[in-house]
Amino acid sequence: MFAALADPTRRDIVTRLSDGDATVTELAEPYEMSIQAVSKHLKVLESARIVTRSREAQARPVHLEAEVFDIMDAFVERHRKRVERRYRRLDAVLSDMTETNEE
Amino acid sequence: MPEVKEAQIVLHDDVPMVTITREFDAPPESVFRAHTDPELFAQWIGPEYLANTIDRWECRDGGEWRYVSRHDGEEYWFRGCFHEVRPSEVIVQTFAFEGFPDSVSLERLELTDLGNGRTRLTATSLVDSFESRDVVTGQAEHYANLADQFGLRVTPHHVSICCGDRREFARSTTSSGLPANAV
Repeated sequence: MFAALADPTRRDIVTRLSDGDATVTELAEPYEMSIQAVSKHLKVLESARIVTRSREAQARPVHLEAEVFDIMDAFVERHRKRVERRYRRLDAVLSDMTETNEE
Repeated sequence: MPEVKEAQIVLHDDVPMVTITREFDAPPESVFRAHTDPELFAQWIGPEYLANTIDRWECRDGGEWRYVSRHDGEEYWFRGCFHEVRPSEVIVQTFAFEGFPDSVSLERLELTDLGNGRTRLTATSLVDSFESRDVVTGQAEHYANLADQFGLRVTPHHVSICCGDRREFARSTTSSGLPANAV
């Protein structure tokens, strides 16, 4: 999943899909690349199950699987908590330093 | 005692960078010293369960640093250089896990005097790819779980950065099947 998101174009596609479903043609519009190239990027995102494509509608709009990002958010939050624990240890060190200075 | 605001983290969209901000109930001079004095630094930098031993910590322009984290009989060495050190203001340094020497991050620590003996710390880490950054922000430990969950085969091949958490990644990488000589 993370490898699939390592590419800037794919990250951009994902960001735009977070506003709502879009067709390949719509997604390709802002890029200086062929629809085929955009389709390739979408295949990568699809195989990583980040996006899905409707089998029914003819335009086959691309849909972002939101829960993937909930999981990523959870990881970032987990990292933030680790950082916070580290800085709480720094709080303790700073507090000891103050006491030492006041002695 | 003023309320301590929890650490905030921002992942930038355009560059593989992480910005962390945190306020401390101490003046910039003290926060700076807790980063430059190796004895103080060792007390807070690493995860609780890893023993950190600082081999070298020359926190000055052109100085070098190296330290080791030990866990379950394994050693994880980290090293880098200090590029710019301005007392109570700025520390610019590089950071690398020795198992992946090509993956070097650039780190900048800025201290802002908030008055009343308080300081805002802003720490940015610029890593070498978005993939590395995803690893840094802690996802790597769960590559295996995710692979199961999404039916994917994922091979973490980057290690990097973000202070103590790199060690946690180093550990998770070894246990998830990288060649032993990679760590």
